[in-house]
Amino acid sequence: MSDFSIIGKPIALVDAAGKTTGAGKYTDDLTMPGMLIGKILHSPHPHARIRRLDVSRARALAGVKAVITGEDAPNRYGILPVGHDETALAVDKVRYIGDNVACVAATSESIALAALELIDVEYEILPAYFDPEDSMKATTDLIHDHKPNNLEKDYHHVFGDPEAGFAEADAVAEARFLAAEVTHAAMEPHSTLAAFDIDSQTSGPGRLTVWSSTQVPYYLQHKLSIVLDMAMSQIRVIKPLVGGGFGGKSEVIPLEIIAAVAARKANAPVKITYTREEVFWAHRGRPRTIIDLKTGVKKDGRITAVAARVIQDGGAYCSYGIVTILYSGALLGALYDIPSIRYDGYRVLTNKPACGAMRGHGTVNVRFAFESQLDELARTIGMDAVEIRRVNLLKVPCITINGLRVQSYGLPECIEKVAAASQWAERQGKMGRGRGLGVGCSHYVSGAANSIIRSDMPHSTVNIKIDRDGGVVIYTGASEIGQGSDTMVAQIAAEVLGCSLQRVKIVAADTDLTPIDIGSYSSRVTFMNGNATLRAAQDIKKHIVAAAAGKMNCAPDEVIMRGDKVFKKMLPEGADGKNSAAQEKTSQDAPAPAAGDPTVSGHVEGQILRGSVQQKRKDEGPKDHMSFEEAVVAAIDFSGALSGTGSYAPPPEARGGKQKGGGVGPSPAYSYAAQVADVSVDEDTGEVTVNKIWAAHDCGRALNPTAVEGQVIGSVWMGVGQALYEEMVWKDGLLMNPGLLEYRSPSSVESPEVCCMIVESVDPEGPFGAKECSEGSLAAVIPAIANAIYDAVGIRLRETPFTPERVLSALRAQKSGSKKLEMTGGLDPTAPDRFREHGGSLCFEGKGPARNSADAARPRGASSPEAAGAD
Amino acid sequence: MKKELVELLINDRTYEIAIHPSKLLLDVLRDELQLTGSKRGCDDSSCGSCTVLVEGVPTLACTALAASFSSDSDAGIAPLAITTIEGVTEHGALAAIQKAYGEWGGAQCGFCTPGFIMTVKALMRDNPDPSDAEMRQALGGNLCRCTGYSQMYSAIKAAVAAERQGLMTAQPLPGEAGHAQAQPAQPRHEQAAATQARENPKP
Repeated sequence: MSDFSIIGKPIALVDAAGKTTGAGKYTDDLTMPGMLIGKILHSPHPHARIRRLDVSRARALAGVKAVITGEDAPNRYGILPVGHDETALAVDKVRYIGDNVACVAATSESIALAALELIDVEYEILPAYFDPEDSMKATTDLIHDHKPNNLEKDYHHVFGDPEAGFAEADAVAEARFLAAEVTHAAMEPHSTLAAFDIDSQTSGPGRLTVWSSTQVPYYLQHKLSIVLDMAMSQIRVIKPLVGGGFGGKSEVIPLEIIAAVAARKANAPVKITYTREEVFWAHRGRPRTIIDLKTGVKKDGRITAVAARVIQDGGAYCSYGIVTILYSGALLGALYDIPSIRYDGYRVLTNKPACGAMRGHGTVNVRFAFESQLDELARTIGMDAVEIRRVNLLKVPCITINGLRVQSYGLPECIEKVAAASQWAERQGKMGRGRGLGVGCSHYVSGAANSIIRSDMPHSTVNIKIDRDGGVVIYTGASEIGQGSDTMVAQIAAEVLGCSLQRVKIVAADTDLTPIDIGSYSSRVTFMNGNATLRAAQDIKKHIVAAAAGKMNCAPDEVIMRGDKVFKKMLPEGADGKNSAAQEKTSQDAPAPAAGDPTVSGHVEGQILRGSVQQKRKDEGPKDHMSFEEAVVAAIDFSGALSGTGSYAPPPEARGGKQKGGGVGPSPAYSYAAQVADVSVDEDTGEVTVNKIWAAHDCGRALNPTAVEGQVIGSVWMGVGQALYEEMVWKDGLLMNPGLLEYRSPSSVESPEVCCMIVESVDPEGPFGAKECSEGSLAAVIPAIANAIYDAVGIRLRETPFTPERVLSALRAQKSGSKKLEMTGGLDPTAPDRFREHGGSLCFEGKGPARNSADAARPRGASSPEAAGAD
Repeated sequence: MKKELVELLINDRTYEIAIHPSKLLLDVLRDELQLTGSKRGCDDSSCGSCTVLVEGVPTLACTALAASFSSDSDAGIAPLAITTIEGVTEHGALAAIQKAYGEWGGAQCGFCTPGFIMTVKALMRDNPDPSDAEMRQALGGNLCRCTGYSQMYSAIKAAVAAERQGLMTAQPLPGEAGHAQAQPAQPRHEQAAATQARENPKP
């Protein structure tokens, strides 16, 4: 039992009541006097040049206050400094169906919508690219002129000696895997409200305030300053409650810039909220990924080498793409001990909405392939699938072959827990045809060790103010998006300061008020902002402890702050019964204020009403304990205003190797996860039912077990969605399922029971030992389900999602004895009409836009020459 | 189109407002009355975030005309009683289901939560002791993207237990008045041990 008063307790999120009563305000709930509603005109073509754009008829409509086009803000921006390829609105070309052409700001939504109809656009339709492998061959009509072959970026890494590794292997498996494109589908559609002040000195437009549904207020401030040509100091970004992000709000989304440009032109506040369909077009989800994977193992199960060739269908803009393709390679390491790795990653541009970061960024699809192939190899060499994972564990602390430093490693315990809980040894392979168990493991970073905008500045700073009211106000830039960052910050500060949560007020994610935190992405907040909070709380505690030590005639290290009280350590036995609680290390609850506490005139519970002078007079003489307020007042007497600050930057030794692209992947700490899935497969319908999932996650330390379980279960559940149901279906660049009914995330009826087991490896650098818990578990569930399907019916599915169509075609091929089942290339020999030529997505008949000759549709019935043979 | 005067009964309060007859209930709640607790998560009644109760029946405000719930003095029709999430708190405190959603992690980002709570309120009224399958069925029309739903079931069970206890406290048995203090609901962290035990894996 650890000696914490608030850390490790399953408490309600500090902002829960605002959410359960409807009182909490999200961006779209905000309104301002004179506020206009903005609506965006989107491109109907996947690739076209804008010949003529005439907004005069729209501008003339009564109630329209401004119409903006690309010319109003032509500066390029992008979330990555090397990927500035977006403009607020199309400047001369549109690059995907849904690209932003113009925006109307009007007094009502209906007027704005009517005005959109009055905008005349003449397009010159250009040939478009939809398939990444074909797009890579393009020489004409490039999507971006500065990207030859429509190749955003490619990386080629070799660690160790892969060729020797494969030569030394007793068994080698090689196959092509394909993961369909998925999106975040956060429940809150993106929304932004932008308003300009009038400057008192110049009497012209002054500072800009933006309220936005963002995970990264500071990046938004930065990009707004680039596009609007304004100093960052003149822009304030406030993040109200955010209704889920999952990465979809971790970069600057077009409407955030467009709303600000429109507000500037209209001279009035402008709010834009996406419709659900627009959210799908804004996208930035997980790209469709083609993975050619080769793995070699010895007879004893040890992995000798891994080679991966990964092609990501990145969509029309860079977004986080370069980071995504690097993560796919970098996080092949740090889970198992792999001596040799070859990685070739290609991020390709196509005429579809841009893909970006999504929960488990870059790692999920490659992990699906790797864990499936490891399962296959275990069967080849006759080894148990759990055992082969045990054989390949890292020996920590260590630095992996690709330069990742691992200090805490709960994977062994995770594996043992799920194997025991699922009764793996007794049940795997023994439940009869149609039902099976499968195992999968995964890991994820606790924040990137290198920030997007490279610098040695801290990634997080937190300030704390305590004043004579006894309130603890924490100013943190951490962006609460539902994951519980406000609660994490409050718990850490309250633990350090020994005060109750009721005392702690959080001021978060407001660029004017809070010091920088670079955002809620790559699971960095608990580790980095938590460490900054810890340091800030320790900083302010020093002052209180010094003053209290003076009052109690003891050394500062004899002062204990706990349960809203300040105590002197080691009182004589039985001197005062009420103090013994402070020394009782296992005590969870704060000692109740005793009746005999010295009180002063004007002292009211929780407040100091009178000045400290009266109190000092009353409190003369040494004491052995004080209330929190008394200690605070003593400290204010002693050192004036009471404030503390703390920062966090990852240590240099955690920042990874020197190779090109080696900056992505390194993290101060990695989380680990192992899962076992129990599935049933209906061989008549092809339907896969997940009966139960056992998920163990090493989060370092569970600061709040309820929140940790929520994050783990939530990410496992999201993985189930990608494994079985979710898929963005395209017809020549047009998204066929842009709605929550068609894009099927699991409802409560389909969602399996997830048994979550927390493993605490206590990281040496995490705040109280904590690491990430929100993303690492997502990747393991997809291969766990795939491997369970193999265990149940003996088919190896290499293409997600495992829909009834895919399961049935694999079953049919199995029955007909076909050795050449080749689903991953997109052609199913048993049902050629059900899969379109681009591989994977369902086929829709009909004529699409003109296509580039280099992107000719593959003839039906022909198999892809590059497809690797499956067994 | 001309605006018309409608009389709506929302959270036990009567509102007389002039709206276009084509106006959706969700827009009236959010834009005209600033009752922004009901959320718009989609445009085609697929997510359930806008669920309100109309005479106790869960109704999607995004696809219902506000005027259809109005009184009609000519026809002598009284307004239908609408309850939104803002009308769920009891005497300035969280209702059992709201408290339980917070304590058991049923709400993460909270955007879908108002819709879920309205759905669960109707479930708890119709079925005082829902089974797991009944809960799954009842929540099937509401989407959540954060929680995976699991912790919501714990919350609903806790709320059912708390309400039953509240009922016992409110109506002490004859002869036990004054002493019939029901045990206060078990705090969440004390139940943690039990939870761990319960979650201990049994296939």
